[in-house]
Amino acid sequence: MGQQQDIYFVPSKSYWPFVAAIVMFVTVFGAAHWLNAEPGEAGFGESLLGIGVLGILFMFFGWFRSVIRESLAGSYNSQVDRSFRMGMMWFIFSEVMFFGAFFGALFYARMYAVPWLGGEGHGVLTHQFLWSDYSAAWGASGGGGPGHVGGHFETVVPWGLPLLNTLILLSSSVTVTIAHHALKAGHRGKVLAFLGFTVLLGATFLYCQAHEYIEAYRELNLTLQSGVYGSTFFMLTGFHGMHVTLGTIMLAVIWLRVLRGHFNKEHHFGFEAVAWYWHFVDVVWLGLFMFVYIL
Amino acid sequence: MAHAATHDHHDDHHGAPKNFFTRWCMSTNHKDIGTLYLVFSLTMLFIGGSFAMVIRAELFKPGMQLVQPYFFNEMTTMHALVMIFGAIMPAFVGLGNWMIPLMIGAPDMALPRMNNLSFWILPFAFTLLLSTLFLPGGGPAGGWTMYPPLSLQGDSVAYVVFAVHLMGISSIMGAINIIATILNMRAPGMDLLKMPVFVWSWLITAFLLIAVMPVLAGAVTMLLTDKYFGTSFFNAAGGGDPVLFQHIFWFFGHPEVYIMILPAFGIISEIIPTFARKPIFGYKAMVFAIASIAFLSFIVWAHHMFAVGLPLGAEIFFMYATMLIAVPTGIKVFNWVSTMWGGSMTFETPMLFAIAFVILFTIGGFSGLMLALVPADFQYHDTYFVVAHFHYVLVTGALFAIIAASYYWLPKWTGRMYSETWGKIHFWNSVIWVNVLFFPQHFLGLAGMPRRIPDYNVAFANFNMISSIGGFLFGASQLIFLGVIVHAVWFSKKKATDRVWEGAKGLEWTVPSPAPFHTFDVPPVIHDEDLAHGHVDH
Repeated sequence: MGQQQDIYFVPSKSYWPFVAAIVMFVTVFGAAHWLNAEPGEAGFGESLLGIGVLGILFMFFGWFRSVIRESLAGSYNSQVDRSFRMGMMWFIFSEVMFFGAFFGALFYARMYAVPWLGGEGHGVLTHQFLWSDYSAAWGASGGGGPGHVGGHFETVVPWGLPLLNTLILLSSSVTVTIAHHALKAGHRGKVLAFLGFTVLLGATFLYCQAHEYIEAYRELNLTLQSGVYGSTFFMLTGFHGMHVTLGTIMLAVIWLRVLRGHFNKEHHFGFEAVAWYWHFVDVVWLGLFMFVYIL
Repeated sequence: MAHAATHDHHDDHHGAPKNFFTRWCMSTNHKDIGTLYLVFSLTMLFIGGSFAMVIRAELFKPGMQLVQPYFFNEMTTMHALVMIFGAIMPAFVGLGNWMIPLMIGAPDMALPRMNNLSFWILPFAFTLLLSTLFLPGGGPAGGWTMYPPLSLQGDSVAYVVFAVHLMGISSIMGAINIIATILNMRAPGMDLLKMPVFVWSWLITAFLLIAVMPVLAGAVTMLLTDKYFGTSFFNAAGGGDPVLFQHIFWFFGHPEVYIMILPAFGIISEIIPTFARKPIFGYKAMVFAIASIAFLSFIVWAHHMFAVGLPLGAEIFFMYATMLIAVPTGIKVFNWVSTMWGGSMTFETPMLFAIAFVILFTIGGFSGLMLALVPADFQYHDTYFVVAHFHYVLVTGALFAIIAASYYWLPKWTGRMYSETWGKIHFWNSVIWVNVLFFPQHFLGLAGMPRRIPDYNVAFANFNMISSIGGFLFGASQLIFLGVIVHAVWFSKKKATDRVWEGAKGLEWTVPSPAPFHTFDVPPVIHDEDLAHGHVDH
């Protein structure tokens, strides 16, 4: 299918961007209202938040439906394809930087803030005047920081569920790659099998993660409030879990699209974009496993 | 087949749609979206400006005059947030939207629908932000830098954080779009090193935006969870550290400063060659200087925090790294001056603003060098000297460049010439009063007047009154700007030619004035002599 390079494609008008702006506003306005609601006056913020989230789902459905239709109609030439690829790559780069902020917070808290509170380096006076009985440590023995915020807790043992989760995510990266090769070879049945397998592995990961959270809260007293250890642990793994959730949904959508025959050997950028995203989520997990669980 | 499909989608091939909602809310047209950005930015300029007027009115005399201290703090906070995220950044995105496709011979932005979403997020985000002023507890009053624990007081935290998230999403999508446009949509023959400097400056700025806006999102998310969900990122009792926020914030904040000035460098590098009737001096040096400034912006953030108690090694590293930035910046100033050297210069309004930019931005650069020195900064930190410094780089720097760009390209946008007389009146009023406004603030700062306070020692009375008078008149001068624009858009009788300016070079001057709704449907054939920098020897 030769594409003429000298003809540009400019998409037709669409109301979806405007709808997207509105539903995003409704969502965050509702969320802000909910966060500030006094006990007893609940309701308005949550409802707005719920409407907003449903609106966002509706918007994604509608916007992607129109894009998929245009794609199937053959409107997108190789130049548009390159724009999409660049868009996805730079979006993933922005996600990397987002996680970078939280990893940065983890390293800073662990390497600087906590030792300084224990009297190291130029933190000697802070230590002397504020918490002279605090001995700096990370993890369970560090407690919830010098103020024992959140009380005593135990940390998650990395060689149980987290190790299993690492193996699950690594295997899912393999299965999605096998599916990709099968797609390029034109074996649809194999694509469906291995992509389906990837979705199941993603879902299993999420189940294990939920199990780990429940155990942390019930058995270990490790909560979001457990000082800076709890904050970094749950924010990093939590945002990662949200990304796995999103990735699993995207993989499931791609599975359905493969089932409907939307992709062929040459044109399957939707598949590739989701695969890139899945690998990114995988790499972030390796960083988490190393720096949050093991070290 | 590809041909037919393309034209199926050109349902608006012959011009702008008549229906107001269809045209402006569903647009996929880079010119219309650029116009939306510019109109939004001008609106925010006046809203943020009115906050500044409140500040200067309160500071007109010592003692509490007009407003409550809390409201004063709300004004300083909101003035900064509105001007940075509402006026300066959207103005540059608007200019980029309008001009980048025209300058590289593209029919539109690479991702036109996402472009529309990037814009439409902004009015909602600022509705959210400005609405906090009317909340029972009031708006944010801890400064635009949102340092905890001060910024965690009050109920506005969630609204501000979500507004910042929305602005960040908008900026990231806008930046992705600009990168994809520049890397993927250039007409054949428009090599990277033939692109106008403005396009180069935006390519690098867009990279900075994608790299740091997510970091800001992370920082404010931690504020949100510290406030509402009991995390301890910035709480020393839980093992966190308020200084951690400052590190993350300024890792975003310093590149952000260059996000607000690099496109200005690009604009000035377009305007000066046109009116000096000479190609830019040292094209490649200009491009590499921008790239080096962008690189350095990632390793200088802690110079905003010299007084917070950093280890000595960190202070020394960040001091020297910061001073290094003077080298590429000096190259740029040198090259602008060299471009004018021996040129046959004329002084139309855009050129006047550009020359004022070169001189006044350099003053801001020099005060920046002074602030970069750790021992000196202990004295200047959080004084009016800092206020004077960043207003020289942001008002006479970024804003003057935006105004210059507006005059420069307005005839191309509207097809009509603005009133040169009134443009010059606007220029002279602006350039005189802005200096009356900000120059005395250097002296106030050196004498020790702290920033962000509604009342001050009587020793500072005279310079504050002078500064306030300059402020009111500078504010009023911008009404002339509004008048010139309104006149040029709707009333001016004088038609603009396609080239508009005698010495103008570049693809944007080869299309009719006003630029038709669709340009470069078919890629233009590029002749090096048409380009601003195409004939430069590489």
